[in-house]
Amino acid sequence: MLKNYLIISFKVLMRRKFYTFISLFGISFTLMVLMVFFALYENSFGNIPPQSKNDRILTTTYVQFGGKIFSRISSPGYVLLKHYLKLHTLPRIEGASIFSSRNNVDLLFHDRTIKVSRKRTDGDFWKIFDFRFLKGRPLTADDEKKSNYVAVINESTQKKLFGNKNPLGAFIELEGQPFRIVGVVPDVPALRDRPFADVWVPLSTAKTKAYLKDGVFGDFNAVVLAQKRADIPLIKKEYSERLQRLDYPVPEPWTYAKGRMETYLEIGARSTLNKKGYLDKTYANKFRIILLIGVFIFILLPTINLININLSRILERSSEIGVRRAFGASTRVLVVQFIVENVLLTLIGGILAFGLSWGILQVFNTVDIIPYKNLRFNFLIFFFGFAITILFGVISGVYPAWKMSRLHPVAALRQGAM
Amino acid sequence: MIKLTGIEKIYQTQKMETLALSNINLEVEKGQFISVMGPSGSGKSTLLNIIGLLDAPTRGRIVLEGAEIESYKDRHVAKLRNEMVGFIFQTFHLISDLSALDNVEIPLIYRRMSGSKRRQKALEALERVGLKSRIHNFPPELSGGQQQRVAIARAIAGSPKILLADEPTGNLDSHMGGEIMEILKGLNDQEKTTVVMVTHNQRLADQCHRIIRLFDGRRIS
Repeated sequence: MLKNYLIISFKVLMRRKFYTFISLFGISFTLMVLMVFFALYENSFGNIPPQSKNDRILTTTYVQFGGKIFSRISSPGYVLLKHYLKLHTLPRIEGASIFSSRNNVDLLFHDRTIKVSRKRTDGDFWKIFDFRFLKGRPLTADDEKKSNYVAVINESTQKKLFGNKNPLGAFIELEGQPFRIVGVVPDVPALRDRPFADVWVPLSTAKTKAYLKDGVFGDFNAVVLAQKRADIPLIKKEYSERLQRLDYPVPEPWTYAKGRMETYLEIGARSTLNKKGYLDKTYANKFRIILLIGVFIFILLPTINLININLSRILERSSEIGVRRAFGASTRVLVVQFIVENVLLTLIGGILAFGLSWGILQVFNTVDIIPYKNLRFNFLIFFFGFAITILFGVISGVYPAWKMSRLHPVAALRQGAM
Repeated sequence: MIKLTGIEKIYQTQKMETLALSNINLEVEKGQFISVMGPSGSGKSTLLNIIGLLDAPTRGRIVLEGAEIESYKDRHVAKLRNEMVGFIFQTFHLISDLSALDNVEIPLIYRRMSGSKRRQKALEALERVGLKSRIHNFPPELSGGQQQRVAIARAIAGSPKILLADEPTGNLDSHMGGEIMEILKGLNDQEKTTVVMVTHNQRLADQCHRIIRLFDGRRIS
């Protein structure tokens, strides 16, 4: 019987080619946008290298200190993170890393100068983030301790300076400091702010040691890797409480301190919703809800449109419905037939959407809107897209099918004869 | 074959009630060719729809092939229609985007039947009505008479016990109408198919075994 439904469905689709084209266009465009959006979301927040352990990584937000007359919010300083909050002693963690924000600097190699984004890291950075090394090795705690002037570069920087030649052992210059290249990693998408850079060097190679004396504010971030996801609430609580117990006058005595450790999604939500200073709470759930509502509305509009098209088609097909019923089609059979027709239409639209999405993702990857993004299809996106397609087909077919099934065969035949 | 007892059909809208049929009693023996006549609005098509289980009576009993229709549940009557009844409509009601062969297969789709067997029965039906050479043509490519023959083939493809024809020659000229009538008579004579035909045409009605006359929803002869 399914084969019959499919044959009938295909013939129905071929009948009114213009209607089929309009419906397919709406379906495939909607699904394409959803799949591209999901690829972007997955690229930004998904568990992919170097953040395969993203679900166990917590990162610092801004810190805010306020008193009777002052209030200041800024990135935390190295001293605050290392010596006052003692991140390495937080409970239930596998590791803690402190690293600088990225800075744009000039990289000099022989007679060539290029602009790169540089990040200073400690050894634990390379344990928490799981970079895949194309060549060489990561920076280590020993490099940090001994202030070794070594660097890891990304693949794009290697190609710009060395082409296909092996860069290991070569020297590059950053702000007048020479660094020996010890490792090469794939490009990290710029959306992944915490691990992102073009060049990574040890923290202790900073030109000035001012960061070791700076107070609570600075230009640093930190990440910790929880042992288990279930440990995250405890780690967050301990961090916030340590901040509250801090015995440091800032520039002046303060009466409140705020700061959080958040997951990557929470950080992304805070940034997207522009809630930098609102450190009393997290915004991940709100972000998810906004995204879901957005996706829902985005799917709802073409679904309603398709329902309307299908409803108007029912009137056109009154005669056919009446005839089928006269010759033995039950309500259930007609409803199933109609839904199968609709699902087939949306499946074709889904296949087109996959093709369009793949094309759009290739264009995104070529155009440098977001540096080093590597938007791609994977099983999750495929599965998500496929599920949405089927759901779309069923939902937009159910109501018209139900209306059609309510059509009395005599009335249907009469309408069809008019 | 067909027995109707005390059949009444009332159509109810928000504003009024319409008595379409009142106290209809009718018996049709197997193999009979019956015509139903009456002025417009006398209930002829309603009677046909009720016999064909396309519509349920408001009151009364229907017995088809010795079995009383006790339930008008959708799946039950759909199965009975598929197995026992073939419809022929005045306006043919062919699906214009399906070929003649595909149209004729429609009743067979709703039976458990292989595709090849379905196709074979459809071909046989089309051959029976003399349209073997037109199986791949679409309805708009066929004349009125040919379309009605396709409709007849569709009605008989499933070997129904009863053929219900609602003014089958109403949209055809007298020559074509005569051809259609010959096909129906042939089916009745050779296959012993019971035929109930609504018609305005006295000449055609006179060719049937019996004439039932309706007036204002009542049987007058």
